[in-house]
Amino acid sequence: MSSSTATQDFVPKTRVGKVTDYVDSRVGGSSLVKEFGRKIFPDHWTFMFGEVALYTFVILLISGTFLTFFYDPSMAETEYDGSYLPLRGVEMSVAYASTLDISFDVRGGLFMRQVHHWAALLFVAAVAVHMLRVFFTGAFRKPREFNWIIGCVLLILSLAAGFTGYSLPDDLLSGNGLRIIDGVMKAIPVIGTYLSFFLFGGEFPGTAIVGRLYVLHILLVPAVILLMIGLHLFLVVLHKHSQYPGPGRTNTNVVGYPVGPVYAAKAGGFFFIVFGVLAAIAAAFTINPIWNYGPYDPSPVSAGTQPDWYIGWVDGALRLMPGTLGNFDLEFMIPFPWGTNALSLNVLIPALVPAIILFTLMFAWPWIEGWVTKDTREHHLLDRPRNAPTRTAIGVAGVVFYCVMWAAASSDLIATHFMVSLNDVTYWLRALVIIGPILGFMVSRRISLALQRKDREIALHGRETGRIVRLPHGEFIEVHEPVDDYKLYTLTSFDSPRVSQPTPDENGKVSRLDKVHGRLSRFFFEDRVAPVRPSELAASHDDHHDEVAGTKDRESIASR
Amino acid sequence: MADASHGTPGTTIEFGSPNELVDEFENPGIPPHRPRLADRDPRAEKRAERQVALLFTISVIGTVLFFVGYFFIPLNDTIERLRLQNLTLGLGTAFAMLGIGVGIVHWAKTLMPDHEVTEDRHDIRPESDRQDAEQMVNDILEESGIKRRPLIRNTLLGAVLLAPLPAIAIFRDLGPLPGNVLKETLWDTGVRLTRDPSGTPIRASDVTIGSAFHVIPEGLNEVEDMLEEKAKAVVLLMRLDPNDLNPSPGREDWGYDGIVAYSKICTHVGCPVALYEQHTHHLLCPCHQSTFDVEQEAKVIFGPAARPLPQLPIEVDDEGYLVASSDFQEPVGPSFWERG
Amino acid sequence: MKALSQRRRHPLAAVALLLMALLTTGGIYAAASTANEAQAQTTSFTANDVEEGSKLFTANCASCHGMGATGSDAAPSLVGVGAASVDFQVGTGRMPMQMDGPQAQVKPVQFTEEQTRQLAAYVASLGAGPAIPSDDVLDASEGDTAAGGELFRVNCAMCHNAAAAGGALTRGKYAPALDGTSAKHIYEAMVTGPQNMPVFNDANITPEDKQDIIAFLDTIGEQGSPGGADLGSLGPVSEGLFIWVAGLGVIIAFTVWLTSRSS
Repeated sequence: MSSSTATQDFVPKTRVGKVTDYVDSRVGGSSLVKEFGRKIFPDHWTFMFGEVALYTFVILLISGTFLTFFYDPSMAETEYDGSYLPLRGVEMSVAYASTLDISFDVRGGLFMRQVHHWAALLFVAAVAVHMLRVFFTGAFRKPREFNWIIGCVLLILSLAAGFTGYSLPDDLLSGNGLRIIDGVMKAIPVIGTYLSFFLFGGEFPGTAIVGRLYVLHILLVPAVILLMIGLHLFLVVLHKHSQYPGPGRTNTNVVGYPVGPVYAAKAGGFFFIVFGVLAAIAAAFTINPIWNYGPYDPSPVSAGTQPDWYIGWVDGALRLMPGTLGNFDLEFMIPFPWGTNALSLNVLIPALVPAIILFTLMFAWPWIEGWVTKDTREHHLLDRPRNAPTRTAIGVAGVVFYCVMWAAASSDLIATHFMVSLNDVTYWLRALVIIGPILGFMVSRRISLALQRKDREIALHGRETGRIVRLPHGEFIEVHEPVDDYKLYTLTSFDSPRVSQPTPDENGKVSRLDKVHGRLSRFFFEDRVAPVRPSELAASHDDHHDEVAGTKDRESIASR
Repeated sequence: MADASHGTPGTTIEFGSPNELVDEFENPGIPPHRPRLADRDPRAEKRAERQVALLFTISVIGTVLFFVGYFFIPLNDTIERLRLQNLTLGLGTAFAMLGIGVGIVHWAKTLMPDHEVTEDRHDIRPESDRQDAEQMVNDILEESGIKRRPLIRNTLLGAVLLAPLPAIAIFRDLGPLPGNVLKETLWDTGVRLTRDPSGTPIRASDVTIGSAFHVIPEGLNEVEDMLEEKAKAVVLLMRLDPNDLNPSPGREDWGYDGIVAYSKICTHVGCPVALYEQHTHHLLCPCHQSTFDVEQEAKVIFGPAARPLPQLPIEVDDEGYLVASSDFQEPVGPSFWERG
Repeated sequence: MKALSQRRRHPLAAVALLLMALLTTGGIYAAASTANEAQAQTTSFTANDVEEGSKLFTANCASCHGMGATGSDAAPSLVGVGAASVDFQVGTGRMPMQMDGPQAQVKPVQFTEEQTRQLAAYVASLGAGPAIPSDDVLDASEGDTAAGGELFRVNCAMCHNAAAAGGALTRGKYAPALDGTSAKHIYEAMVTGPQNMPVFNDANITPEDKQDIIAFLDTIGEQGSPGGADLGSLGPVSEGLFIWVAGLGVIIAFTVWLTSRSS
């Protein structure tokens, strides 16, 4: 930001101009405006989810700050004497009592609590949907791999933020959630018991955990989230936004609306819309009615004890895992020279394995796919999900895997609401957690391929108009209307990588890695549907006279 | 059709090959701009303007509604009133926000220019920059002398690797070491079984067949670390027909006339296994559905738990109250590495 | 009406509809409240009641429970279950059982109050058992809701849910939701332990404690949720489904409107 010579002679005339000049000549705002004032952002509804996540995060900061003024993260015992009758006189922790006070005695406190919790659920959901959009459209490809990683980290941080917040009211529901965390932690070999004692400051539940989670929840986790959001947005600006393929859009341009005024107005207005929707939900729908659950006590428990949706899948995995396979106990007693140690695979496997699978695949995906395609080009044009059938199918398999586990976390509710046996629900879901992703993979891949073929049909033969025409020699045909150039370009301009066969090296040998690569490449691209080429389209017009009739017909329609 | 749908060889060209440009549809460019109603019709433009203003007015009304809820719906300890206030505050905020948001977006959509604009992308890393940067880094490294002076480099490396260790060690006092506490509970010979939460003792005759009592050890409510002890000591007491029980050798006298007591803490991850079905004699954990059969000494018959619930040996004292004959014979609750 | 239908494609229609829907839901919820009424019941039976009850029993129940209610392979003996048990099972429509299943379902009550009373009189005459509670025992107005809440959470919530919304048991059995259940039936269920529910006799939960529990259930049943619609009081699962379907659905509708070109 060099001191400009042009501004030396500039004398602002209006009052606003004077203020602006005062600021500008000190912070160099002109160059910022020059850089960003007319920056182009492409417009598509699927591009808005990241904004939803960002805005819900801002709403979380606002509502959360309000809550911190009234909440007291102490686990000291107290006797409740607030206005909620069914709990008056009950012994509880100060944390729970202050949450009740926020709900019943602070004007607008209940509203803020509900906004905060609904926003938290929406925040994680928006992050998840945003990531699914990025995945299914291939927006994680070069040069955006690192930003994908930052996104994955943000997802994990948002889970952490959600879970630490969920536990703060110190009610029966969240207390039993912590109890489960404690149980899972103790199952970790060698260090598990120590971890649990360090986290809880001694034996569960102790008197330290709520205060510790509070610091994580209001300080550490949001700070790291903010940092990551900053990096994330910096990279978005650096890369410029990706765009869907279409007429006028290329890999070297961005087509859309300038920040000022249109995009800024839309994005700015959207913040108020998200806030408004959340406020409307918080006005009319209860969330986390902690007054129902009562204070935490290790003895009682409520039917239907589940975590929030984003942690639900781990709980579901815990439910699905059988403790014994046949006569084979999954809890081992391992004899060591110094004594026997216990290894609880019935807890460790479901708590860790699905998470490891999902997160490893998620973090590594840009490089896995890059290795399979051997594609080192930059991609600023997105894939329509149908044009990458195998990637789409893998994504769907992941979603199904997740959903089955979430369903498992609500197995008791499924049982009571559909009048089926709880045990049968568990048996079915155990099968489905394996079969579901495979079925999801096959079905969605077939659907993608079918949609691609439909695109080919439309590109080659035009759109079915539903009009039946009788030709002079008596034949009936349905008139197909060729698509216009813009539509044709949208339907045909996509990459369709082919299977790459492993090539032998100079010794005539194919390395094992190349073989694996060849197999993976076949798995990905064997069933490819190639985009229509101009020569094909021309040939098809020569071959099929019904299209010609269609074209003639169209001309006759036009002349009418 | 397979032929046509897969593309005939020769008409499709692998990406990157030189003919690519030849057989590909030409990019037709951005479709022509279609003017909106407000672009063509001044009356529509005026209408849109009024709509935006109306939406902003709705926002003002929403804000007023919020204040009405805040100041004119005083809380009076009834749930109805709180619900009404929450609804008013919420809808007021919702209108205030949606009015602004929808208004601005409507303004942008109808009245601001809607011509799509094209902007070129630039190289993320221009080659000239890369060369300059490489040169700069080389110069910096050279000037610092880190390559030429391995002694400095290696000692620095060692120092940097060691320096964070205190930052980890300082967290040692987060909690005490486990010691033996996970293997001990408040139960001991002669400790009375009392009702949860009142702490009143239970006579054997109080426990009729089909009953289930939620039990804590006598004196639990008075100890200092009440919740920690309770988290290990809670017990479920049931009476069955003695013929339904099948105690294994050595455990015949752990119950009293069909009355048995089992730890309520699940051996899976520690939820209270509090659901007792008095006809099937099954115990169910509501968290992860582990099912234990009291007829078979609380053996796991379904779900993720792998180990039976520990049984608390009980007997009756001189006054007819139920007491523990000893502590649990094994650690209660979820398993842990040192459980052994 | 015509003007309305013309405007339905208007960009603001979605917003208006959403606001209307939310307003209506909230409004209806705020207005709705249910009240339970406890029924009066006398506990003294005449010989005539027993006589009539015996006839009803032979005609309607003996096929499963056996002549003289001594039980069969299909159904347990009713000797000593008491009048409370009959009043609960028959008075809630669980008995006579409609079909074999994991447990007897609630259905429209099959007998008149008088007939139920006579059946209860007959079964009570077979052996001593819990009697139908009298009105003064059921009077919950004196009950301590907070104490009742504590007892409910320790003894009942694990099956019936902390908000009494019901829950699942093993193999198709379930603990029903308790809203709308009369004080008498709640009391009778506690003393008799119907189906797989454990018995909570007066030594375990005293009659005063039972009053407290009934007072607690009355209170939470009447007051509703302060935060608006309670989504079934089912906890995080229904909340998660709601935000994914309704919350995200509305947001997506807005994003589509926001990025579509104006006509």
